[in-house]
Amino acid sequence: MDKRLLKDVLAERFMLLLTIFAGLIVFVMAIGLYQRSRPILAIKSLSELLFSTSWHPLRKEFGFLPFIMGSLWVTGVAVIIAIPLCLLTAIFLSEYAPRYVREWTKPLIDLLAGIPSVVYGVWGVLVIIPLIKDYIAPFFGTFSSGYSVLAGGIVLAIMVFPIIIHVSLEVFRTVPYEIREASLSLGATKWQTIKHVVIRKAMPGIIAAIVLGVSRAFGETMAVLMVAGNVAKVPSSVLEPAYPLPALIANNYGEMLSVPLYDSALLLACLILLLVVLFFNVIARVVLIRVERSIK
Amino acid sequence: MIASTLIILSSLVLILTTVIVKGVPAMNLAMITQTPKGGFYLGKEGGILNAIVGSLYLATGATFLAILISLPVVLYLNVYAKKSSRIITFTRFSLDVLWGVPSIVYGAFGFTIMLFFGLRGSLLGGIIAVALLVLPIMTRAMDEVIRMVPKELLEASYSLGATRLETALKVVVRQALPGILTAVLIAFGRGIGDAASVIFTAGFSDFIPYSLLRPAATLPLAIFFQLGTPFPEVQDRAYASALILTVIILIISIASRILTRRFTRHVVK
Repeated sequence: MDKRLLKDVLAERFMLLLTIFAGLIVFVMAIGLYQRSRPILAIKSLSELLFSTSWHPLRKEFGFLPFIMGSLWVTGVAVIIAIPLCLLTAIFLSEYAPRYVREWTKPLIDLLAGIPSVVYGVWGVLVIIPLIKDYIAPFFGTFSSGYSVLAGGIVLAIMVFPIIIHVSLEVFRTVPYEIREASLSLGATKWQTIKHVVIRKAMPGIIAAIVLGVSRAFGETMAVLMVAGNVAKVPSSVLEPAYPLPALIANNYGEMLSVPLYDSALLLACLILLLVVLFFNVIARVVLIRVERSIK
Repeated sequence: MIASTLIILSSLVLILTTVIVKGVPAMNLAMITQTPKGGFYLGKEGGILNAIVGSLYLATGATFLAILISLPVVLYLNVYAKKSSRIITFTRFSLDVLWGVPSIVYGAFGFTIMLFFGLRGSLLGGIIAVALLVLPIMTRAMDEVIRMVPKELLEASYSLGATRLETALKVVVRQALPGILTAVLIAFGRGIGDAASVIFTAGFSDFIPYSLLRPAATLPLAIFFQLGTPFPEVQDRAYASALILTVIILIISIASRILTRRFTRHVVK
């Protein structure tokens, strides 16, 4: 065979192999983590692990509930802050803003996405924590060290801004101009058009954007670790500290090999995190692919 | 609506000012030319050279490893694979999903691989974990630009008798080169800033790593560990690290923007 053709065929095989490898990484990760967390699943039932609040690794009690609730609280606060701000910004940028404003704003929002999470953490510690401790908590007549669900939520909200805005802008762009014009020509105001036509048409995509934001917030580690306070208790208000799942994993890497079953428990926590995030991501991506197809 | 846009933009400004206000007074020549003296957590003398060099080694190694995998994958998807093949949809979908996986999971997974091979926390371990982390980002970014290479160009190359490999390397890669570089830069920026994936895998040390099997300090972890000490001198090292890291990210983001602009100017539409 010709040498050039041989090279071509060999390259094809090699590239195909790498492509399959890249496509399977997700599964390999899930299987790897499952293998490592089997020892603990063998002696404890899953429901006990998930719904027990007692976390005493030395007594072999691994209840993940405080951490799962911590994650849910922090993520919830972040989403409540982020959704209105992001949607209004996305609507403004896509429907109202003149071209040059959009051209200037988008790179800045992308820049926000590029800032490393530790830097967000530093900012949270230096700005948000004192703010909560000295102003917000006294305002509500309570005491807070500042390291709280609220601090984690605020920092996370800023971290998910770029994702939600970026994806929503893409979605708004898929809404055809003709239906906007049809609505305007029937006498609807601009805001009515946006409310009843654009947003309604873009709804699945907006939800997908939010879901992607939620999954990012759920898995974010360093920033939350630095500001959320890390007390293994189910929080009962936003001014109390929380201990989200990713923070638990990152905080205990040092001692996890010296306590029996501890590493297994932490890798199970990783597996839970992975599965939750995968679930969210798969849903969001499927919706986005549908949205993309619907305009073709 | 304008107000919410302003709130979002001002959060960016606030973060950058905080980093600059805290970081600039902490900067001096010793900071960037010396390693910490007397332990990074307690010693009050010295700088963060260990973390700067460690981070550059780590991000460069990881980016390089990721290019070795993602470039062939992208070329396969766009040049070799048949247009409607399942493997294209599957790989793209899987990489999109992988993009969303939190970095701590990569760290933990990297750690289990390292245990499997009997490795300790080392530069090599960190490189593997970060390479996995940036792989989906780099691949999808490259995929987007290579997809834009006009099909006519490929056909012209085939009709001259070039094989698919020659077309891929000499035509497609050259046409998309600025875009590919942008993808590499984005991945580098993401890799250098990530802490959660290296916390298990790269370890931390006061010294500049001289081999792949030595633990390496990284800027994000230098920030994280040194911010937690009660000594202002040590905290200064954290602020300086934050400033350097942010400046690196800013430079990368501006460079990639310039490259993108240059790239889109030549795209045949």
